[in-house]
Amino acid sequence: MILLEDVVKTYSSGAPALNGISLNIEAGEFVFIVGDSGSGKSTLIKLLLRELKPTSGRIIVNNTDVTKLRHGRVPKYRRNIGVVFQDFRLLKDRNVYENVAFAQRVISVPGRQIKKNVPQVLSTVGLAEKYKSRPRELSGGEQQRVALARAIINKPPILLADEPTGNLDPRNSWEIMKLLEEINKNGTTVLVVTHSREIVNAMHKRVITVKKGVIVSDQEEGEYIDED
Amino acid sequence: MRISTLGYTFKQGLKSIFRNKVFSLATIATISACIFLFGIFYSVMVNFQNIVHQAESGVAVTAFFDNDITDQRIQEIGQEISTRAEVSKVVYVSAEQAWNDFKDDYLGEYADSFGDDNPLADSANYEIYLSDVAMQDQLVDFLTSVQGIREVHKSANAANTLATANNLVSYVSLAIIFILFAVSIFLISNTVAIGISVRREEIAIMKLIGATDFVVRSPFLIEGIILGLIGAALPLVAIYFIYNKAIGYVMQEFAVLDSILAFLPVEQIFNTLVPIALILGVGIGFLGSAMTVRRHLRV
Ligand SMILES: Nc1ncnc2c1ncn2[C@@H]1O[C@H](COP(=O)(O)OP(=O)(O)OP(=O)(O)O)[C@@H](O)[C@H]1O
Ligand SMILES: [Mg+2]
Repeated sequence: MILLEDVVKTYSSGAPALNGISLNIEAGEFVFIVGDSGSGKSTLIKLLLRELKPTSGRIIVNNTDVTKLRHGRVPKYRRNIGVVFQDFRLLKDRNVYENVAFAQRVISVPGRQIKKNVPQVLSTVGLAEKYKSRPRELSGGEQQRVALARAIINKPPILLADEPTGNLDPRNSWEIMKLLEEINKNGTTVLVVTHSREIVNAMHKRVITVKKGVIVSDQEEGEYIDED
Repeated sequence: MRISTLGYTFKQGLKSIFRNKVFSLATIATISACIFLFGIFYSVMVNFQNIVHQAESGVAVTAFFDNDITDQRIQEIGQEISTRAEVSKVVYVSAEQAWNDFKDDYLGEYADSFGDDNPLADSANYEIYLSDVAMQDQLVDFLTSVQGIREVHKSANAANTLATANNLVSYVSLAIIFILFAVSIFLISNTVAIGISVRREEIAIMKLIGATDFVVRSPFLIEGIILGLIGAALPLVAIYFIYNKAIGYVMQEFAVLDSILAFLPVEQIFNTLVPIALILGVGIGFLGSAMTVRRHLRV
């Protein structure tokens, strides 16, 4: 599903953020990416989203060679990938319903279908009641659930989460993780970047540890590796 | 693009206009001023041209024949003249007709004293009407060289002066309008740029979700086009009401010139002005926003 071959990414200034990453993630896997601040985790996510192009190496996602993707094809490619971030990135001037519907509107889903899909996905994340609320009227956990609903409404085969619980308390963090696990159980390949030792150690998933732009450990049912 | 997406895009464009009201108003005001001036210039120009044209059609060159000319030669000359491009009409005036006209115009009842004599026996001529007064000298040169023509009279000519003035007015107004258009495009592009910066986050999210460039850009293009349309419609309404008032005023103040002032009805002006103004408005709106969108939304 996701294949990286010797991927290097150097920003215009300084040392490479990723320095020769190779990895293979199968369809339906649930993978944690962990590592120190500045180790290159977000850079990896951006490469997968084709927000950035690698300096060298090859990235193949869902049978698409992302490195060779023409500009005009990028939107179609991105529809295969749902994404959530630490800061939720909701539209503050729109209510929950509109924030989620937005993801379908911008890819021209018929209005009739949007009306059907939005309540359905909102109940999946447990927010059916709050569809009229604005983001500022919601807790952090609720906001992240809206973001999650927006990320999965188009049923992407891949879901990327860059520190989705970074701004949440433990209880809300767990709720989000449970949702991610459920989404994964329904067939979606899930990639989660996190700093949360408790969650990683409790969930017994594959754990990839990155340090200074290289993979230092990749374990099935892995544990959070302490920095020495 | 689906109808529902189009509707959504349109709504976003409208929202953006209301979100930065001040800039939208400033933009509409500038475009309005621009189109208003354009409309005024256009109305004046079209009327002016109409007046010049009317004056032109009255301008005639008169060609008198040699004394011993044959009727056949007169006909030949007539044919030769009428094939020329600058000539719109050739009228033969016989000696009797010339005398009759002269009597009517200048002598009135005293004409009787001449009895049946025609003092203008040699004055048979062609009255040659021009389609373009500017070509008068050329025509005169030609006529002087024709065998059988004794004398050529140019008409005194107000029309010539009018035509020159007409050109000058056109150039000056074109220059002014051009400057105004440039200012309008600049303002639209500023308004759209603000819209884009206000919506940076939203645009970023749209792109992540997989919106095409077209979907990302079109609300801004629609914003520009709507501003352009409103900016064009307002001055048209204003001109419609001002036009007849202005004509009434001119007619009253310059009643002396009544015979040469031939104004066109507002409907006739609007037949062409409305489409031109709307296209200009939409064009300005589209261009201004397209420029900005290209610059700021390189996706
Ligand atoms: N746009 C950029 N321009 C230049 N350097 C950058 C840019 N983005 C990231 N970097 C650098 O690349 C390296 C990796 O950054 P990245 O954001 O991928 O780290 P991270 O693992 O996500 O860290 P964190 O856990 O703090 O989010 C860092 O050294 C960072 O300074
Ligand atoms: Mg990061």
